Amino acid sequence: MPQIIVENLCKTFTVHERSSGMGGALRGVIRRRSRQVHALDGISFSVEPGELIGYIGPNGAGKSTTVKVLGGILVPDGGRCVVMGRVPWKQRIEHVRSIGVVFGQRTQLWWDLPVVESFDLLRDIYRVPRDAYARTRAEMTELLDLAPLLDVPVRQLSLGQRMRCDLAASLLHSPDILFLDEPTIGLDAVSKLAVRDFVRRLNRQRGVTVILTTHDMDDIEALCSRVVVIANGQIALDGPLEELRRRVSSERRLTVDLAGDGEEVFDPDAILVRREGNRVELSFDPSRVSAATLIARLAQRHEVSDLFVQDVPIEEVVARLYAEMGT
Amino acid sequence: MTPYFAILRARFAAVLQYRAAAFAGFGTQLAFGLVLIYVYEAFYRSSRGPQPMALGEVVTYIWLGQALLSLLPWDTEPDVRALIRDGGVAYELLRPVDLYALWYVRTVAWRLARAALRSTPLVIVAMVFFQMRPPASLAAGLAWAAATAGAVALACAMTSLYHVSMLWTVAGEGVTTISATLVLFLSGMMIPLPLLPAWVQRITAALPFRGLVDLPFRLYIGSIPTERLAGILLEQAGWTLAFVALGRWLLNRGLRRVAVQGG
Repeated sequence: MPQIIVENLCKTFTVHERSSGMGGALRGVIRRRSRQVHALDGISFSVEPGELIGYIGPNGAGKSTTVKVLGGILVPDGGRCVVMGRVPWKQRIEHVRSIGVVFGQRTQLWWDLPVVESFDLLRDIYRVPRDAYARTRAEMTELLDLAPLLDVPVRQLSLGQRMRCDLAASLLHSPDILFLDEPTIGLDAVSKLAVRDFVRRLNRQRGVTVILTTHDMDDIEALCSRVVVIANGQIALDGPLEELRRRVSSERRLTVDLAGDGEEVFDPDAILVRREGNRVELSFDPSRVSAATLIARLAQRHEVSDLFVQDVPIEEVVARLYAEMGT
Repeated sequence: MTPYFAILRARFAAVLQYRAAAFAGFGTQLAFGLVLIYVYEAFYRSSRGPQPMALGEVVTYIWLGQALLSLLPWDTEPDVRALIRDGGVAYELLRPVDLYALWYVRTVAWRLARAALRSTPLVIVAMVFFQMRPPASLAAGLAWAAATAGAVALACAMTSLYHVSMLWTVAGEGVTTISATLVLFLSGMMIPLPLLPAWVQRITAALPFRGLVDLPFRLYIGSIPTERLAGILLEQAGWTLAFVALGRWLLNRGLRRVAVQGG
């Protein structure tokens, strides 16, 4: 039985608007203009225990709204949502005991307190038994390398340090499901890798279900076997990463490093995508010409010092998909 | 430790860190107290008729008020205010605790910690240099302490109502501007209630505010006999329950429509 069931979920917000300038402000005093925004417009999907799902979509697509409904924070206008047999917003207190949530843009730690005191406070709030808490905390401290941070007040942590602490904080009560809302936003390369590595281990070794929303396609490529794409409040695609690629285009990329300078590169079955010095990037459709044939032809005509074939970067795939959906 | 007590303790400890603010508060309240006392002294000297309170009682009443100003529900808790403004309510709702109780407990911790920091030095200075008197008797002191606990419960229930109202207004300034005027005047903080005309006192008796300042303070100075303590506690508890009920009802309605600021 799925751990999370979402059926035809709808949520509409009313946005009050006014025209710009003093005139608009004055008109707004007399009559407020409002507009209905369908943040969720009939979303359905389900998640099995232990899955690691990438939930992606352009800004304003409804990602955070979905997470907030699943977290029991928002009450939807329509549809059904059952998480581990409970309706999140109706049985909020029991529900939130079994989930962990990290919002990348906001910390759940107490700003003025040293990290370890925030952790202790969370233990009390979740009523985690002492020995279980000690075990989890030690584990998290080791996995996320938190030992040097525990006594530092949260406001003095760097963003990367804070995110590691936030991850630990969301797991102290050993939740079955973890929601990560843009956990790598603003992080440097090293911190991103640390976060990804941790999330992967958590999912593989402990079987925690992870729902990850992000704009960083490297996160998706590194972690997720399944991707749910949402746009304009509707699900545009739900499937493995390869399906996302196939759906948008079948093209592949061939990058060639030429030995000579300034040579013109041309092939009837390939399109020149970009050229930087000696490096040439070509796009081709594998159903028209195989990579082997293309490479052979090019090697005949040019002196090639190096080459490699790869997929279209996932960023481009997603950008095209968003464009197709007209967002 | 229960979640609520843990939060109470943590918040209390955090507010105790703000020593500079407490020191500034101490200075302000000392200055205000002195100005008020000079004004009353001038009044008492220039008027010949008998007064409902002796000057010495007024002086002690004023110092108590200045010392315990932070217990009065005329402002809102900055953390809760920030949570509502920037959407941090989301995280609060992710905790397996009752949101109303969580905010109430935070408010109690915040008010008690600030009052503890400010009142101690102020009371010492006022007693040593400025004619503040100790409680009329041991019994009066104990009765005052009990009524102060009731006043804190009531004050925090009123503050919680302001917090909940901010789910609609987002900014809390409007609410606190109105509440500050009402509370400071009708509780006796600005002018001790016995000095007001009889018809105003009839109004204040029908309102919740006198339970915050006037009743406990007059137990302290001995102008209300300790036998009335039970009645006072009952009055405070009744109003507290009313404010809690209203606050909870509004919070549940507010959460249904809350958009959680910032997407």
